Order: sequence, then structure tokens, then C-alpha cells
Amino acid sequence: MTLTSEHTEAGGSASQPPQPPSAPPALSPVELSRWAWRQLTSMRTALVLLFLLALAAVPGSVVPQRNIDAVKVADWQDRHPQLTPVYDKLGLFSVYSSVWFSAIYILLMVSLVGCIVPRLRIYWRALRAAPPRVPRHLDRLPESRRFELDEDADIVLVRARTALRGKHYRVADHDAAVSAERGYLREAGNLLFHLSVLVVLVGFAYGQMFGYKGSVVTVVGQGFSNSLSQYDDFAPGRLFSPDDLAPVSLHVDDFHVKFLTSGPEMGQPESFDANITYHSRPGTPAQQHDLAVNHPLTTNGTSVFLVGHGYAPVVTVRDGQGNVAYKGPVVFLPQDPSFRSVGVIKVLDAQPQQLGFEGFFLPTYGFTMQQGPFSQFPDALDPVMSLTPYHGDLGLDNGKPQSVYSLDKSKLKSFPSSDPKRLGPDARIKLSPGQTVQLPNGLGSIRFDGVKRWVKLQVSHSPGKGIALGGVLLGIVGLMGSLFIRPRRAWVRVTRTTDATGRGRTVVELAGLDRSSGGDLAGEVDELERSIRTSDTAPHEESPA
Amino acid sequence: MSTAQFAAFSDNAIMFASIVYVLAFLAHLVEWVFLRSLPAPEVAEDRAPVLVAATAELSGADVAGTTPPPDKSAEVQDRELRVETWGRIGLALTVLGCALHFLGLVSRGLASDPVRVPWGNMYEFTLAGTFGVSVMYLALMKRYHLRWMGVVVTGFLVVVLMLDQLVLYTDAGPLVPALHSYWLVIHVLAAVVASGAFAVGALALGLFLVKDRATRRGRLRPGGYLSRLPSVESLERVGYRVNAFGFPIWTFAALVAGPIWAEYAWGSYWNWDPKEVWAFITWVIYAAYLHARATAGWKGKAAAAIALVGFASLLFNFVGINFFFGGGSLHSYAGR
Repeated sequence: MTLTSEHTEAGGSASQPPQPPSAPPALSPVELSRWAWRQLTSMRTALVLLFLLALAAVPGSVVPQRNIDAVKVADWQDRHPQLTPVYDKLGLFSVYSSVWFSAIYILLMVSLVGCIVPRLRIYWRALRAAPPRVPRHLDRLPESRRFELDEDADIVLVRARTALRGKHYRVADHDAAVSAERGYLREAGNLLFHLSVLVVLVGFAYGQMFGYKGSVVTVVGQGFSNSLSQYDDFAPGRLFSPDDLAPVSLHVDDFHVKFLTSGPEMGQPESFDANITYHSRPGTPAQQHDLAVNHPLTTNGTSVFLVGHGYAPVVTVRDGQGNVAYKGPVVFLPQDPSFRSVGVIKVLDAQPQQLGFEGFFLPTYGFTMQQGPFSQFPDALDPVMSLTPYHGDLGLDNGKPQSVYSLDKSKLKSFPSSDPKRLGPDARIKLSPGQTVQLPNGLGSIRFDGVKRWVKLQVSHSPGKGIALGGVLLGIVGLMGSLFIRPRRAWVRVTRTTDATGRGRTVVELAGLDRSSGGDLAGEVDELERSIRTSDTAPHEESPA
Repeated sequence: MSTAQFAAFSDNAIMFASIVYVLAFLAHLVEWVFLRSLPAPEVAEDRAPVLVAATAELSGADVAGTTPPPDKSAEVQDRELRVETWGRIGLALTVLGCALHFLGLVSRGLASDPVRVPWGNMYEFTLAGTFGVSVMYLALMKRYHLRWMGVVVTGFLVVVLMLDQLVLYTDAGPLVPALHSYWLVIHVLAAVVASGAFAVGALALGLFLVKDRATRRGRLRPGGYLSRLPSVESLERVGYRVNAFGFPIWTFAALVAGPIWAEYAWGSYWNWDPKEVWAFITWVIYAAYLHARATAGWKGKAAAAIALVGFASLLFNFVGINFFFGGGSLHSYAGR
């Protein structure tokens, strides 16, 4: 950028006849790489990269991300079929592991290393160097004082040295002068901060490579053991191997939830927690833990979190031949704060035809003509299931994977409704606990036995978090050093003269320089002046400033 | 007092705090109005003494019709006194407003059972955030001589508090379970303090940019508001110092306390949640500001512009995420 502008300026101002454009001499590979390195490690490049990093992080907050919420990504892709392939190619569904995002932060790290390595060398040299020599014209520095004292030059100089040392200056003696410097730790803090960025990145990357995060829905009264097949969804790091799963197992004994029954936040959960019994590895004694939000279980390097809860109505389905074809809890997924939940029941073993049910679970039943059935309150006060039964082929025999939360209706048929005009074409059944409904044509029956709850557990292992945390804390220490330590230089020179009466006088020249911007330099120089004058007991006429 | 009484008390205290801030704003306005009628500082230094001396000579030579100079300087002194008085009134009212603001905040926390920190939803975050701005301004007042900022700060407080009560008001109530953690105290408190510092820094740098532009274009009217502000250099320096104060705190809030809490609550210390992403973006922009300020060619205008962009992203993170991303964010309980 600068180069071009200089070129155009030179071309514009020169009134010489235009010369034929000649190619500049080609750079040798060494020169080229040196030039590229210098460009990359320049502050301007670092600034541009910082901006790019900020900018590149934005799309990840707008477009749903695969590693955060795969379901939402799928939803989004369904709604935007045309944009999906484009976005996919750009890596917009996994911004933070995309090539371009990685390229920016890797370049930034290279630039950072290229910046701090030479500075380390300079700093090392500066640390050992004596404070710089005394400038000839102290009065040209930003803050300077000149005053006269009675005492001998040596005494004044000793006092100046003490005053400077008292202010934590490093002092060097010269001929009838001292130079002093302080605030060496500022650059140390600066370097520490930049190194800590690398440490954080290493810790973060380590966790991303070797860690994992998975979630599992467990019905209260059932258990979970830490193996891949148990997870509903699982996001491993790139270098994760299933052997890394710690052999933790747990059993969900009980679950409590309290909803607010009054006030503006009515229906919000006030608290929820699950009592679990766990083994950190096979053979170890069972232990108890009360799992709640902000109160996870951490054992054997694995953390278990309670991240959600919902209802699992227990049903018994009999088939057309009167046999129990399904019995047990079915997980329904809550859709809104009232815990209106949707779910499906797939009865594979039903004869002569397979049966399927799809519908709602409403923890506190309500009904209006406009809304149809709905849930009035999230707690199970008057639980009702409202289901649409299907019969036929569930489509599970061909081995194609299916979601447990949806029915493949291509080979299923519903039952005709008794009043198609008012209730819609498909027959629906409404069940309260203890009720049984017979399906038409003697195809079977369904009984609503009761309500259980389920909890969603998130299991994760993030190694390297200690490294990352340590890195950030170091970074803050370094940052404070680099922002608040003021590097300063000060000089004192004494000259012996005689005044008009022939009395010996010592002229003191004092000057200060603040090497960072800001800071009350004048105040500090004033204080130094006061210290140097202090034991000068005799009152003096004001010296000209 | 019952929780309902505390809630009502809090609403009243916030209402009175807003009114007092309005009065403080008006007092500062009056201060500036009187300031305008004073001779401009540059003029006072360079030309006015000559002028006064000249009129003194003239009046000595018994010229009728001209006002006698001692009266005039007395009038100037009187005006200066008035400026000082109104400035002090504005400051005192701001302190009073801040105290009421504090009462409103505390009683808001007492208005729920069990007692909790008063930052559990957007309305309360904004209350706490503006309180942070107010405290930060008063705390740094003496050190950085910020009274020139009074009219801007009180104006800002009035507008934000008004919007808060009109748009974001929520009745007091208990916290959602996700917020049952002492990290709520640490994380949000740090975020509020840092935001307060960034707001003060942004005001200073915004004024710096305006004054700098006016100076460059020769539009700086002697005696006008801009000419009464501290020099462009010291505006820039105050902005830098306050931002530099806020940055480590923001680092702590966003990159230490936040992740630790996230690790406890969500099982992963960094989730790329929109709020986290924007906190990170804000951090990166302020880091860029600190770098730019140390880079030749960027120091000054460009750096100040970067800091303002950083403050914009902070505001967007504070408000925008909850409105535009709503339930898509793990921080959605922070909404209404």
C-alpha cells in the first residue's frame, strides 16, 4: 500500500519524460522470503489479521454451527436448500474449524512469534545494559528542572542517587552526573502477555484434539455407562480414540423439579436436580451425587452435566393377537416452556401389522377450539397423551437408520377419523394415565401406564483446560504489567559554580522522560526535585523554572 | 419489608435516580451555557488582556459610554463563579443520582426470595451497567479531571435508563436455575465494571474525534463546547487510560470467569455461543485498539475509531444478541 502510493507520488511529481516501464530486478528467493517475513511480522499486518479474526468470527454467531447444534444446522439446511451447498463449501457450518478461520489465527500466531522473538533478544540486551548516557541538553527533554543548592556537588549527587533508588530506578554513575531508568517489567509483561496467547492456544487445541463431548437421554430409573454406543450424539476431537473413554457408569435414581407456581415468571423451573449413583471405574464402590445445573459430577477425568429434562410416558401396546408388543417408557421431547412434548412410539413386534404412534404429551392438559390440545403448565398435574395411531410397515427392516423421534410414514396408514370435518381426516386418541384405547379393526390396544421423567446428561472430557486457564491468568498479569508499569528515564547533572558574591553554588539539572504515553511525569520530576533539595535546610529564593 | 415492597422501592428509587440524573444533566447544560458567555480561553490568554488594558487606559481618559473595566472583570468573575457553581451542582446531583441508583439496584436484589444479585435479566443488567458507567465516571473524576464529561455522561445515563424502563422492564422475580452460581456475581460484576470503563473511554474518544475533526477543519469556534474540552491530546489520553483500565477486567470477565462458569454449567469452557463469540470479537477489537495506539500512523484518529468499533460490538453483544439471536444463545435466559 505504502509502496504504491510512494511510486505514484514519485511519478506524479517528476517532470521528467516518462521512462519506459521496466520490470524491477527479480528478488532472489532468500530476499523474497525475508521480505515476506518482514511484512508478516509487521505491526500493520498483525492489526489487519486481528481485524480479520474479529470479522471471521462473526458468521459463526449467525449461521448455526455443526459442532454446537447439529439439529439446528439440519433445520436451517431444510429451510435454505439453495444456500446450503454454497455455505457448505465455504465451511460456514463449521466456521471455527474451517480452513480460512484457521489460516487467520495461524498467520496471527506466526506473526506474533515473529514479533516477540526479536523483542526477547532486544529485551535481554536492554535488561543488562546500563541506563543510557546523560544527554547534553537536559533542558530539551519533556520535563526538566534547573536549580541551585549550597552543598557540594558530591553530596547532591549522592542524594540524587538515593532519591532515584528510592523510586526503584536503576542508577548508573557518570562524571558529575547520574542516569537512571525504571519500569523494565513493562516490556516483560508485554512479552509475557503475547507468550500466554500461545499457551492458551496450545491448551485449547489440545482439548479440541483429544477431548470429546456427548449427550445422552436417560430415563429416571435407568443407567448409563460410558461407551460410544450409549450416546445419542457424540462430538469427538480429531485425535480422540474410543479407548480414551473413562469407564464411568451411573444410575439415575431420582429427579426433582420445582416450577414457579406464581409471579411473572410462573412456569419457569425454580430448580431441578437428579440423584445419581455412580462408579468411577468398574469395581470401585458406588458413590452418590446430586447432579444439578452448576453442580456437575467430575470423576475419573470425565465430567457429567445435567443439561435438560423432560417426560417419558410409560405405555403398554398390545398387538392384534393380544400379545404385549411394547412396554416401557418412551422419551418425548419438550417443544416449549410449557413442556408440550412430541414423540413417537414404534411397535416393531406387533402382529399382524406393525404399529406406530405419533403425537403429543401434555403435562397439564388444556383445550381450546382455536388452539386444540395444549399444555397449561410444565409440571405433570394432569398428564394427557394425544396420539395419532398408524398401522403398516415402519420401514425399519431395510436397515436404513431412522430417528427415534420421527415416523417414516411412506408405508404406514392412519385410521379414518369419526368426524373428518371437525377433527381432521386422521383418528386421534386421547389418553390419561390408566386408560386403555382399543385400535379399530382389532389391530391392538394402547394403555397409558404412567409418567416417568428423563434427564439429558452431557458427558465431556476436555483435557488441557488447566493449561488454557493458566495461560489466560498469566496473560492478565502480563497485560497489567504492560499497561500500568511506566518505563521512565531520569538524569541528574551537577555543576559547581560561584555566584556574584563569590560563594560556591551547585547547579542541579534534572530531567525526566516517560517512554510510554500518559502518566504524571511532571509530578514525578517534582518529587525528585523535592527529594534532592530536602536536606537543604536553608530557605532559598525561588529558582527560575 | 416484603419482597413486593422491595420491588416497589427499587422501581421508585430508579425513577428518582433517573429524575436526578435529568436534573444533573440540566445543571451541566446551564454550566455550559454560562461558559459560552465567558471569553474563550485562547482569547482570554492572548487578546483579552490587551483589550482590557486598552479599555482601562481609555476609561482612564474619561471616555463616556464604555463600561468601566473593573465591573467587566467582576462580571466575568461572577460568570466564572456561576459556571463553577452549576458544575458543582451537576456533580452533586450526579452523586445523589448514583446513590439512588445504588439503592434501586440493591433493593432489586432484595426483592426476590431468596435474595440474589441484582443482575438476572436484561433490565437488571442495564441497571447494573449504567450504574457501572456512573460509578466509573465519579471514581475517575478526580484523577482524570472528568467534569467536562458531565453533560455527556449524564445525558447518556438518562437516555439508557429511560430506554431500560420503557423497553426492558421486567417484574422482580427469582433467578432461573442456570444462574444459581456464585460465578454470576464474579462474571457479571467484572463485565459490568469493564463495560462501564469502556463506555467512559468511548465517550472520551468520541469527543476526541469530533474535536480533532473540528480543529483540523478550522471549525473550532472559540468559546464553544468543543473548545472548552480538554486538549485533543488529553482527551485521547484519558480515553486510552480508561480503556486500558477496562481491558484486563474485560479479559477476566470474558476469558476467565465466563469460561470457568461455562465449564461448570454447560460442561465445556468455550462453546462458541453467540454471546461468547461477540465477547471474543470485542476483546480482539480492543486488543487491536491497544496495538494500533502503539503503531505509528494508526495512533490517534484510527486507534480511536477502532475503540469506538469495539464499544459498538460490546453494545451489540449486550443488547443485539438477546434480541436477534434470542433462544439461539445459551445466554438466552439473560433476555427478558
